[in-house]
Amino acid sequence: MPQIEVRGLAKTFRVAERLPGLAGAFRGLFHRRMRDVHALGGVDFDIERGELVGYIGPNGAGKSTTIKILAGILNPTAGTCRVDGLTPWRDRRRHVSRIGVVFGQRTQLWWDLPVIESFELLKDIYRVPAAVYRDNRDRLIALMDLEPLLDVPVRQLSLGQRMRSDLAAALLHGPRLLFLDEPTIGLDAVSKLAIRDFVRELNREAQVTVVLTTHDMDDIEALCERVMVIGNGRILVDGSVDGLRRRVRNERVLVVDYDSADDALGIEAEGEGVRLVERDASRVRIAFDPDRLPAATLIGQLLAQGTPHDLFIEHPPIEQTVAELYAEHDMRER
Amino acid sequence: MSDAIRPFLAVVSARYRTLLQYRAAAFAGFATQLFWGAIRLMILAAFFAAATEPQPMNLTEVVAYVWLGQALLGMLPWNVDADFREQVRDGTVAYDLLRPLDLYSYWFGRTLAFRVAAPTLRGVPMVLFSMVLLPIVGLGDWALTPPASAFALAGFVASLVVAAMLATAVTLLAHISLLWTISGIGMDRILTVLVTVFSGLIVPLPLFPDWLQPFLNWQPFRGLADVPYRIYSGNIPAAEIGGELLFVLVWTIALVLLGRLILLRGVRRMVVQGG
Repeated sequence: MPQIEVRGLAKTFRVAERLPGLAGAFRGLFHRRMRDVHALGGVDFDIERGELVGYIGPNGAGKSTTIKILAGILNPTAGTCRVDGLTPWRDRRRHVSRIGVVFGQRTQLWWDLPVIESFELLKDIYRVPAAVYRDNRDRLIALMDLEPLLDVPVRQLSLGQRMRSDLAAALLHGPRLLFLDEPTIGLDAVSKLAIRDFVRELNREAQVTVVLTTHDMDDIEALCERVMVIGNGRILVDGSVDGLRRRVRNERVLVVDYDSADDALGIEAEGEGVRLVERDASRVRIAFDPDRLPAATLIGQLLAQGTPHDLFIEHPPIEQTVAELYAEHDMRER
Repeated sequence: MSDAIRPFLAVVSARYRTLLQYRAAAFAGFATQLFWGAIRLMILAAFFAAATEPQPMNLTEVVAYVWLGQALLGMLPWNVDADFREQVRDGTVAYDLLRPLDLYSYWFGRTLAFRVAAPTLRGVPMVLFSMVLLPIVGLGDWALTPPASAFALAGFVASLVVAAMLATAVTLLAHISLLWTISGIGMDRILTVLVTVFSGLIVPLPLFPDWLQPFLNWQPFRGLADVPYRIYSGNIPAAEIGGELLFVLVWTIALVLLGRLILLRGVRRMVVQGG
């Protein structure tokens, strides 16, 4: 049985609409016009134990709504959801004691308390047995290099330090399922790498299931084998990162360097699914569809025209892939 | 059992320790309350000097009433926790549902710490000032007298514990109402008036007109100040202490139940509208 089973999950918010101007505000006192906003329009997916799933989509697509429902702090309008056999919003207390949640946008630590006191408090709140707590705490402190931060009040931490502390805090009670909502938002390169290493380790070594939302496609490429793309409240793509690439445009780019610009000048590439993208001094970039024209054939064609100094194949950046997917489905921020 | 209240105690203690950090605010509060205490004493003394009939309290009892009121002012549920208001405003209050706790108990713990932290910081210096320092500088007539008896002291301590629970239940009602009103400024104003008048903080309740007494005797806010302070000075005789404590306890339980009921609706709103 999958660890997370979601069927037909839908969420509609009713928001009050205010008419513009003073007259509108006045009328709003007596009669409020309500508008329905469909944040989720019937979402289905399964997540197996030990998976590391990326969950992406433009702002307002329904990512956070899904995470909040799965975490048990938001009720759906329709649909079912089982997490480890529990319905999150119905068995809230039992459910949340088994999961870890980290929101990149805000800390769940106590702002004025030193990090270690937040940890102690969480130990009591989650009723973690003393020995288990000691083990988890020491392991997490070592893994996330938190030792120097323990006595610092949370408000004095840098964003990267805070994120590491937040991650550790979410794992003190040893959850088997972790929700990460934009954990690398606003972090510098070093902190991002630290967070990614840690999440990967947690998933591979400790077999913790991770659901990760992010806008950083490097997170996805570095961590996730599976990615779900949501837009306008529906899952558009659910599969491997490679599959995502192929689905949008199955295209690779062959980059060929010649010794001089003169050598590059005469180069032409022909065939179905092939186009010359760019000729830049001694470099030529040729886009091709490997299903229609195998790379070897293309390279043979080029070798017949001259001897390259170097050549290599590029994947299109996944950022571009996702942007194209959003455009294809007309998904803009609403 | 201990495992059941462990999270609750941890929350109280963490919030309490956080609030104890605000020493400057405590000092400023002490100075302000000293000033107000002196003014209240002078007004009430003038009133007693002009009174032609015997009053239901004597001046010594009134002096104790005023000083205890100044020392324990912070415990009165006259305002909401700014921290909590901020959390409601930015919607992060919904994240409290991520904790495996009964939400009412969780918030009760936070609110109890909030109510008790201020009087621990300000109350002790106020008692020392009014009980020890005033007689030394020759103002013994205006000093806080010791409790009427050992039994009165025990009753006073017990009534303070119940008063803290009652104050927490009332503050928590205000906190829960923020889920609808959000700003909480109106709530602060209403609470301040209700609580300061009907707890006895502005004028000791026995000094109100006779026709108001039946109402004053049955309303809950007297459990916050009037009951403990009059137990302390012996104005409430030892034989009536038990009944008074029970009265406050029953109101506290009623307000806790009311709070739970309203919170249930508030949570439903929170999980439907998403914070």
